[in-house]
Amino acid sequence: MSPEAKEPIVKVRNVTKSFGVVMAVKNVTFDLSKGEILGIIGPNGSGKTTLINCITGFLKPEKGKIFFDGKEITGMPPHRIADMGIGRTFQIMRPYYNLPAYKNLIVPLSSPRAKRFAGGGKLGERDTVAIDILEDVGFERDAYVPYKLAGALPLGYLKRLELGRCIAMRSDVIICDEVMSGLSSAEIASLVPLIVKLNMTGNTFVMIEHRLRELFKLANTVIVLNFGEKIFEGKPEAALEDNGVKEAYFGKGREVRL
Amino acid sequence: MADVTTNLERRKERIDRGIKVRTEGIYALLSYREIFYLLVPRGALVIGMLVVPALLPELWQRVFSLIGIYALLAMAFDFLLSFVGLVCLGGALWVGVGGYVSGALASGFGLPLAGNLPLATFVGAALCTLLFLPCLTLRDIYFAIASFVYPFIFLHVIEALQILGGTEGLIGLPTFTNKWVAIYLMAILLLLFFFALRRLGSEDVGLVIRAIRENDQAVKASGINIIFWKAVVTFVASLLGCFAGAYLCALYGWTGMSYFALDFSILPIACLVLGGSGNFSGSLIGAFILVPLSELLRAFGPVRMVVYAAILAFFVVARPEGIMPYLTRKYHQFERWVEV
Repeated sequence: MSPEAKEPIVKVRNVTKSFGVVMAVKNVTFDLSKGEILGIIGPNGSGKTTLINCITGFLKPEKGKIFFDGKEITGMPPHRIADMGIGRTFQIMRPYYNLPAYKNLIVPLSSPRAKRFAGGGKLGERDTVAIDILEDVGFERDAYVPYKLAGALPLGYLKRLELGRCIAMRSDVIICDEVMSGLSSAEIASLVPLIVKLNMTGNTFVMIEHRLRELFKLANTVIVLNFGEKIFEGKPEAALEDNGVKEAYFGKGREVRL
Repeated sequence: MADVTTNLERRKERIDRGIKVRTEGIYALLSYREIFYLLVPRGALVIGMLVVPALLPELWQRVFSLIGIYALLAMAFDFLLSFVGLVCLGGALWVGVGGYVSGALASGFGLPLAGNLPLATFVGAALCTLLFLPCLTLRDIYFAIASFVYPFIFLHVIEALQILGGTEGLIGLPTFTNKWVAIYLMAILLLLFFFALRRLGSEDVGLVIRAIRENDQAVKASGINIIFWKAVVTFVASLLGCFAGAYLCALYGWTGMSYFALDFSILPIACLVLGGSGNFSGSLIGAFILVPLSELLRAFGPVRMVVYAAILAFFVVARPEGIMPYLTRKYHQFERWVEV
């Protein structure tokens, strides 16, 4: 099952975005195939988050076009893009701190998109669905964790809660902005199978990540950004051999050892 | 030995009552005692609201209507603040628009009060929502500033163009023929709005709306149009405010430029500071304290403002949460001294 054979679900064409004189994203073009896991890596400040902000509508690109499922989505408001099926997580987690964890999922479950899939929830039905989703992403159902205030949860659970939001909305494409950074290796070890499972059930993933070892196990394709420009696209193993990538990360004339 | 016990340190311990612990969200009632425990505060409010105005002397029945007006405005302000996080300093806009729409309907079309009040409420609310619509993308202090300006724009447009009665206002409008209709219309609608808004807060829709205040980015990423929901909340808040304006107009049979006065923007906020925001009971209790107080102090002239300011300053410093959250906490917990 090679991802190349499938039609692209997201097409990004010459997207450019600058903040004042800083070119955050410069002329980036790539395709995302259905069922693929695409990794976007690059040094700090290379424009990864800006790029996905452009795709999800939180920023408007100055130039270039973005297509989802054949329809142009450039410059659409974020809620319409999310409604069409592109879900995202935030690098800085954004739970509703004053609500219990499972109540956090009531919001995406009440979105028009979720309603189209599941019908209206009545008499606490949404609560049940929310707790089911939380169990899927690794909240122990019988423990007190799903009922704790989101503000009291540790980092690992908050990252899963972000993923839970995309699952609740039944997003086709899930864009993860550094879901693994800041987690312990045990937490990552439990997060990776979750992503594999979601991918097997038909979700397409874009993952921005600094944890290259885990990312390279997951990703089919990797894009490397440096100063807003795409400097590499291809297999993860090939990225390690590429001289441009080595230079971007380590400067000239250094060896890459992962 | 006695010496030792007196020297032991004692600490005040606060413990949630059993029912509060068990029923965070859903009420599981085990006995009549617990049913009464929940019913007493609510029942006291309903019965008090229906019985007290009947016992008041004539003058204080007027004050009761005024209390209702300020309570509605405070609830509208609280609804915008604690649900979508919009600080609306333009409460006078609601009163003014409600009053003038009601006045225009009465003087222009001769609409009787029974049709005038609801129509003015809805038309006024729609108008206010349209006016606020361009500002709904703003946040925090920026929305506060924009909303603050609206009443002044109306005030000066009416003054400059001498429309809608100009500086004189619209006079000779129909008033309530029966004082009991006026009082109980306000009492019943106040209770209705109060319980309806509280119920809305515990529904899923209310949860979505409250999430906008906490974190609008995540709500957007959940595929929900936050401007639409902010507009809905603004419309509901405007319903309360415009009804207050139309009611005021029906109470006095007169609409004038003073309907856009700063009092209607600021006093409800003072009620909220006093009572506490979040679940609307603070708006009620705040209005029931501040409005009669301002009537009592009327005789003292300018000193009124001093007393007023002193009370507000005291509450901001000593009880920043407001009276109602404080009382609620006391009601749900019991305290005891324990030896450490």
